[in-house]
Amino acid sequence: MTWQTFIFGRLAWSVFPQNAIAWGGALFMLLCVIAVLAIITFFGKWRWLWEEWLTSLDPKKIGVMYIVVAFTMLVRGGADALLLRTQQATSVGNSFGILSATHFQEIFSAHGSIMIFFVAMGLMFGLINLVVPLQIGSRDVAFPFLNSVSFWLFCAGAVLINCSLLLGDFSTAGWLAYPPLSELAYSPTTGVDYWIWSLQIAGLGSLFSGVNFFATIVKMRAKGMTWMRLPMFSWSVLGAMTLVIFAFPILTVTLTLLYFDRTLAMHFFTAGQGGNMMMYVNLIWAWGHPEVYILVLPAFGIYSEVVAVFSGKKLVGYVSMVWAIWAIVVLSFIVWLHHFFTMGAGADVNAFFGIMTAVIAVPTGVKIFNWLFTMYRGKIRFHTPMLWFMGFVVLFTLGGVAGVIMAEPPADYELHNSLFLVAHFHTMIVSGVLFGYFAGYTYWFPKIFGFKLDEKWGVRAFWFWFIGFILAFGPLYILGLEGATRRLDHYSASLGWQPLFAVAGVGAGLIAIGFCCQMAQLVRSFRLRHENIDTTGDPWGGRTLEWSIPSPAPSYNFAALPIVHHRDEFWERKNSGKRQEMKFENFTMPKNSASGIIIAAFAFLLGFGAIWHLWWLVVIGLVGVLITLIMRTFDEDTEYTVTASDIAHREAGLRYTNI
Amino acid sequence: MNDEFDQSGILSVDHKSKDSTTVFGFWMYLMTDLVLFASLFATFAVLRGPEFGGATIQNIFSLPYVLVETIILLTSSFTCGIAMLFAREGSVRGTVLWLCATLVLGATFVGMEVSEFSNLIARGQGPSKNGFLSAYFTLVGTHGTHVAIGLLWLLVLIIAIARRGLSRGNMRKLALFSMFWHFLDIVWIFIFTIVYLTGSL
Repeated sequence: MTWQTFIFGRLAWSVFPQNAIAWGGALFMLLCVIAVLAIITFFGKWRWLWEEWLTSLDPKKIGVMYIVVAFTMLVRGGADALLLRTQQATSVGNSFGILSATHFQEIFSAHGSIMIFFVAMGLMFGLINLVVPLQIGSRDVAFPFLNSVSFWLFCAGAVLINCSLLLGDFSTAGWLAYPPLSELAYSPTTGVDYWIWSLQIAGLGSLFSGVNFFATIVKMRAKGMTWMRLPMFSWSVLGAMTLVIFAFPILTVTLTLLYFDRTLAMHFFTAGQGGNMMMYVNLIWAWGHPEVYILVLPAFGIYSEVVAVFSGKKLVGYVSMVWAIWAIVVLSFIVWLHHFFTMGAGADVNAFFGIMTAVIAVPTGVKIFNWLFTMYRGKIRFHTPMLWFMGFVVLFTLGGVAGVIMAEPPADYELHNSLFLVAHFHTMIVSGVLFGYFAGYTYWFPKIFGFKLDEKWGVRAFWFWFIGFILAFGPLYILGLEGATRRLDHYSASLGWQPLFAVAGVGAGLIAIGFCCQMAQLVRSFRLRHENIDTTGDPWGGRTLEWSIPSPAPSYNFAALPIVHHRDEFWERKNSGKRQEMKFENFTMPKNSASGIIIAAFAFLLGFGAIWHLWWLVVIGLVGVLITLIMRTFDEDTEYTVTASDIAHREAGLRYTNI
Repeated sequence: MNDEFDQSGILSVDHKSKDSTTVFGFWMYLMTDLVLFASLFATFAVLRGPEFGGATIQNIFSLPYVLVETIILLTSSFTCGIAMLFAREGSVRGTVLWLCATLVLGATFVGMEVSEFSNLIARGQGPSKNGFLSAYFTLVGTHGTHVAIGLLWLLVLIIAIARRGLSRGNMRKLALFSMFWHFLDIVWIFIFTIVYLTGSL
């Protein structure tokens, strides 16, 4: 090894972008970063940002930061989607569109990885942070410091994946990087390593969050909140976190083994020397299928809350909902092989996984019917969260039926890797997961910020998303049935596919407008916040404990910890007119800590070094993480005491609903 | 309910419930680690087999050597248990002494494993030789890395106990460490059985 390779690893002048569109992406990202830094500096907000947000251990603030990062990444993933749609709408016959084949592959790989890991996961953990402690009547999560570490690792992963815009390329091997294509022999550049390390770092954050929220829900529920009184969103989070605990370690292992193959010339998944590439596909889907349910279960939980509140009725079939969640948790671990029926595992194996896949539609169907029966004879108010729910019911049911079709192995042999599949999973993830998180974002927004989001722009956003979605993915179902495979950067004019691809492109444009409406909604709501102010703490007529406290929720959540007697505790309190007697006691709260952000910064250096083979940087990152952790264990001054008289003083100025 | 308060007016039951949450959370973390090892065991089971010019599984280790390693690691769990007993008695001296014994035994184990690995690599049977050796090095090495991290943790813990005595925080950390250490023992027993004993057949 020469000293140059020791110091610079794989870095060279050629790592900068090679064409106009790639430069455009890189410069746009850099300009955004510089603009944000300049604005913060101009308004002199650095100290405020550091003390109030970046070092905060308050789950509500961590939740808000998750959602901000997730929306930012939605812009990135959405820009990728628009490029993909433009390419497929224009690259036909003699025209080759705007992207080179390699660039097209990088973009679809980045689009998938970013949307799943940094948008869907980010929104999910954001909402979980905001809501779960409030809903279970707790002041905090089980491990507040670990929670901050989780968030900052997520953030480090997000920054790392965006570094590939400027330095080096990104993976061309799809969002799950199947070998042998993702092996060094076929992907010799840093692309796959970017994919590995950004997912690895963010994935560890998710794993810690899984442990954290599992422990929070099991150990920190309010007095009297027995299991069958737990609100449905918290139930669904408990199910999802169980899946995180069992699934994410498999991802950690799989990514590590792929990195060993690429860097230490090992033979886990190579084509020679006893490597087994189908083992990779098994491992990645043993994580990947549960991951789909990790995302959708909390969304189901949100729908359960929203539909009950906006129908003015208690949720129908609470107990069956709980069992449906746990049936899905168990079943989601025995369906992974349906992602590769074409592997050739044999008829018996395929039949087993096909039947299991069809069976998982049963508990999901139970949930759909329960929601519909909750609406039946209810006094429905069509606020934005309810619109998202109704859009979801229509699209998700159609997408689910498409899934049952593909669960049959003979049909799957035709549909495997086609656009029909692409349309199916986008229906599940966009209308199932994303619509749910948008509903939750609108629904819980006033609890965190103290004012409601603007209704008019919310409705506009919904209709653009809903119609845009149908236009963008309806054609893909048809194209898939006509034989269009996924990931095509070019096709023959004689196939006659271009009109449908053009419609899909228009749909993607409408979705982009929908997103702009959401941003406009945010700006307008902030400007008119005094008109939409939530004076009662209960703007929607809520049923669960989070609505029993003032908006915005105070940092300690509950002045006096609630005692629970009913399933819909707050609803029952409002109906009976009985208010819990406020008896204040001293309690402790965690102090802010910079260790989380420092650990993640070192983890970022570690990842960056591992990607570019800067081994000295890997050592710095590793030692930095360890030293920060050790220093944190010696810090015994991590909590402060809030006294009963402080609380009495602060509560005197807060708003409560009239009960 | 027992209404005892500490100096800052916090109910002592609040402290107890915090400790029990921490232990529960650590159990959950250990479960995730178990899934991690399970994935590596599965990988090993799939890839053990054809040698592709490398040594056969019987030829890469000597069972007596591994047996000594095993005994050393199991003894370190025993000394860790004794340290816990001394900690409950409130004896800082006894606790630190037995934790030091655990540290020495653990370091011996890691040292033996490193020497085993470097011998194999020197013989040209490194992890890049074939799929089986990749799986072997990664499974056994992941356990070894866990032990090494445990040793670092133990060193920090010894310093903390020597400096601040058996405070509530240190007792909690000690309980977590001992769970971690016993857990690594259990994983090693599986490695000993599945990799070494079955491999020597």
